[in-house]
Amino acid sequence: MSRLTLAAALVALVALPAAAAERFVLVQSTTSTANSGLYDAILPQFEAATGIQARVVAVGTGQALKNARNCDGDLLVVHARAAEETFVAEGHGLARHALMHNDFVIVGPADDPAGAAGTPDAAAALTAIARAAAPFASRGDESGTHAKERALWTAAGIDAAAASGTWYRETGSGMGATLNLAVGMDAYALTDRATWVAFANKAGHRIVAEGDPALFNPYGVIRVNPERCPNVRAAEAEALEAWLLSPAGQDAIAAYRRDGQQLFHPDAAD
Amino acid sequence: MDGFSGAVSAAFGLLAALDPELTGIVGLSLAVSLGATVTACALGMPLGALLAVARFPGRGLLAAMISALMGLPPVVAGLAVYLMLSASGPLGPLGLLYTPTAMVIAQTLLVLPIVAALTRETVAALHDEYDELLRSMNAGRMFALGTLLVDARFALTTAALAGFGRALAEVGAVMIVGGNIAHATRVMTTAIALETSKGELALALALGAVLVALSALIHGAVALLRNRAEGPAHA
Repeated sequence: MSRLTLAAALVALVALPAAAAERFVLVQSTTSTANSGLYDAILPQFEAATGIQARVVAVGTGQALKNARNCDGDLLVVHARAAEETFVAEGHGLARHALMHNDFVIVGPADDPAGAAGTPDAAAALTAIARAAAPFASRGDESGTHAKERALWTAAGIDAAAASGTWYRETGSGMGATLNLAVGMDAYALTDRATWVAFANKAGHRIVAEGDPALFNPYGVIRVNPERCPNVRAAEAEALEAWLLSPAGQDAIAAYRRDGQQLFHPDAAD
Repeated sequence: MDGFSGAVSAAFGLLAALDPELTGIVGLSLAVSLGATVTACALGMPLGALLAVARFPGRGLLAAMISALMGLPPVVAGLAVYLMLSASGPLGPLGLLYTPTAMVIAQTLLVLPIVAALTRETVAALHDEYDELLRSMNAGRMFALGTLLVDARFALTTAALAGFGRALAEVGAVMIVGGNIAHATRVMTTAIALETSKGELALALALGAVLVALSALIHGAVALLRNRAEGPAHA
């Protein structure tokens, strides 16, 4: 083995344990809260207040819940109400607390070939897209946004999955990757407003439908049940949950803006 | 593409200014991938040499399996390591998931077949050449193996570099077992994936340019060391 590889081994030995020493909490999270920059804005405040490092694994609500079921995480920040309640009811989580909300929007190409922009609500917009067989990029990944999207299709009485591979395109990717694809192929897509506002590759895409109460997007926070998962960092998880729901955490969430817009609205009752 | 050259110069500017965020990511990338390469070499080179020299039943099958694993998709390696290290997996109690150590393990799985297969080929060729000489010296098996490995050292650097390249470039495995956690397990490739998903395409591409430049630097340094060590006699 050469001197170079030996040196490399030494570097690795020195560098690796350094990351494991401090107190931390592992958050399994939806991607929108990470991609929109919210965590970068608020978590340093939590870390300064408590000395606990918040480590975020941003994977999409479906996978976050699955990982937490495997006990690979201490706290969940997700947005799929029904799946969250199942998670708690099955004993994997302690309780679901309302953290904050924003809304979903339907975005599409500037020239709006399906004429979705003039429609009164989300169901009508989706109906217009389906009728025009205009390309629609779906997450297709069991994320919170995907769950909402399927509920919206069902409410509109359209079996979009039947058109999979034609105008209905399931990307199986995160929100940002799906938006990149939608922009690339002039497709419509459902996205949470936070990711959309922060998204830097909009090209000509714009919001074509918004404001329908059906597009409400609530985020919940859930502590993983330490009785089922003895390995969880219970005290640290409790500290982060308490901070997020406290006036300090709620104010930090409300204060986060991109392009002058507030992206998340705090929901914790005080 | 508008803004690309700006993003590239900004990225290299951050690197030159030793921006702690970027240097931390670059440093972890190098540490994890080098750690994996070193581990894979320590295991894979003796294994490859053994496969080249020893005769035992199932040797052909084992060699074929190792060659096949050179094409192991990183995401599969990541999933396998995730299932092992998950708190509900067999090695869960070690608490290694979402740590750099988990990333080293996953990348070792990816690099090991490359190193072992390339070592086997190199040593087999040398073995054909020197078999008689070693026999005439009455050399033991271990001595013969060691001699062949030392003699093959320059070819083996190439094997190690090929493995290192694979480790440094992959994103699927470290994303799953590392989790792309800021200031803890974020490396170059997962940072590039993250910037892409934020729609920051120019910045993502600029980080890619930094990664390629670093890789070129390492390959250049190794080539230089090798030229010096090999000397004019072998040129």
